[in-house]
Amino acid sequence: MSSTALSVNHVSHAFGERKALDDVSFGIGAGDFTVLLGLNGAGKTTLFALVTGLYHSRGGSIAVYGADLKGQYLKALAKIGAVFQQSTLDLDLSIEQNMFYHASLHGMAKSVAAPRITAELERIGLNDRRKDRARDLSGGQRRRVELARALIHEPTLLLLDEPTVGLDIESRQFLLDHVRKLCAERGMAVLWATHLIDEADENSKVVVLHKGKVLAAGKAPEVIGAAGEATLRGAFDKLVGSAPAGKGKPQ
Amino acid sequence: MRLAQYLRVFLGILNREAVRWFNQRSRFISALVRPLVWLGIFAAGFRFTLGLSIIEPYDTYIPYEVYIAPGLIAMIQLFNGMQSSLSMVYDREMGSMKTLMISPFPRWYLLLCKLMAGVAVSIVQVYMFLAVVWLGDLANFWEVSLPPLGYVEVLPAMILSGLMLGALGLVLSSFIKQLENFAGVMNFVIFPMFFASSALNPLWRVKESSLWLYRIYSVNPFSHAVELIRFSMYGKFNGLAAGVVAGSLLAFMIAAVWGYDPGRGLIAKRGGPPE
Repeated sequence: MSSTALSVNHVSHAFGERKALDDVSFGIGAGDFTVLLGLNGAGKTTLFALVTGLYHSRGGSIAVYGADLKGQYLKALAKIGAVFQQSTLDLDLSIEQNMFYHASLHGMAKSVAAPRITAELERIGLNDRRKDRARDLSGGQRRRVELARALIHEPTLLLLDEPTVGLDIESRQFLLDHVRKLCAERGMAVLWATHLIDEADENSKVVVLHKGKVLAAGKAPEVIGAAGEATLRGAFDKLVGSAPAGKGKPQ
Repeated sequence: MRLAQYLRVFLGILNREAVRWFNQRSRFISALVRPLVWLGIFAAGFRFTLGLSIIEPYDTYIPYEVYIAPGLIAMIQLFNGMQSSLSMVYDREMGSMKTLMISPFPRWYLLLCKLMAGVAVSIVQVYMFLAVVWLGDLANFWEVSLPPLGYVEVLPAMILSGLMLGALGLVLSSFIKQLENFAGVMNFVIFPMFFASSALNPLWRVKESSLWLYRIYSVNPFSHAVELIRFSMYGKFNGLAAGVVAGSLLAFMIAAVWGYDPGRGLIAKRGGPPE
């Protein structure tokens, strides 16, 4: 198995005339916590849709642990756990039913899925509410359930697209801590897309995406050093400000 | 992937459809009440004005209620197919479709599971309808009774017609961009398919009044679904109807798989996600 968890090579994608991604390349190693940093409209969600195989890229290639997403997409998808920006829970089903539905979509037997579901729900502190409908949960709780659900089939690459949007500070911190812990304990590769710069710490790898292009990629200190700035925020502002038609401020 | 895993995927999708159907009580009730209104009010009113000659598969003169019963069964399946389509569009808008689409199983298989789960739900609805029809017959409310074996013999026909109408729903769901556009499906798919079919009027009678209308009725796959059901209810096999329904199923399924294909389909071509 390749040690590169995710390899994005010269990926371009357009919706009609609108170019969403332009020659995007970067890689993530096993056990890396990588923050995909970009303003709204940078192309993060399009990249997530391509990496999760929702549709194929018009140009370039994407591989998950060496499995190409066009040629071997079933093999690639089996290794991916994903939390999308928009909630993907079925609000009419209970937490438990959502979890078992996901497990069955990965071909898992109930006897294998049940203990994992219990363990993941306990880890996020919602096991006692497993019979509640997803509709009755708060935004933060729904996010936790989505994260727990994404882990049932024990993926080795976890993708999270703006997972903390709309969450309060406590829920945000819980998610960040939880995912960092998973990364450290299970050696799971994580791609965390956000427009919130403080979600990247000094140990994170960072990919700066702006207007569909990668402006910088590497460990946070390297990106900061290359930009000649003291902080990641300063480096991001400089990179985005000097890019063609660069506008907007990160939060 | 092993066969057992494929089976688990199907059972998971079937279970979700069943839970959702059971939770949506209004859908549950309207699916039962709609055909009963047609049978108890519409057909009862028309039985005095319409006379039917002896046509296959019937051996004798029949009341109008008996004639439209197969059409009402197909109507339940048509509405169910469109309801599944509506829920696919809803799932796409709400995001829960992604859970299905990132499953590591072939997309054609996932769509087939979705289709089969929808058909299973539609068949339960039909048998509930048939149970009420049978009770109504016992109470002399109407005269619609099937030969006892007909309840079993109609099953394969309903599976085939249900698959065909469900596959049509899948195709439509890949074309429809927003939930709001679904009203058009009522006007441009459900009503024309139902009314321009042999569900309410025998084809010979349509032919007498208008030849071009007869041609439309004859090429409508829904007419063939109705006739397939009608013949099988009386233990007879209509080869032409079975062929047209199976052919339409194949064509709709190919179009649906194309529509949902991540590389070529309509989903990939239009719009893109909001950032």
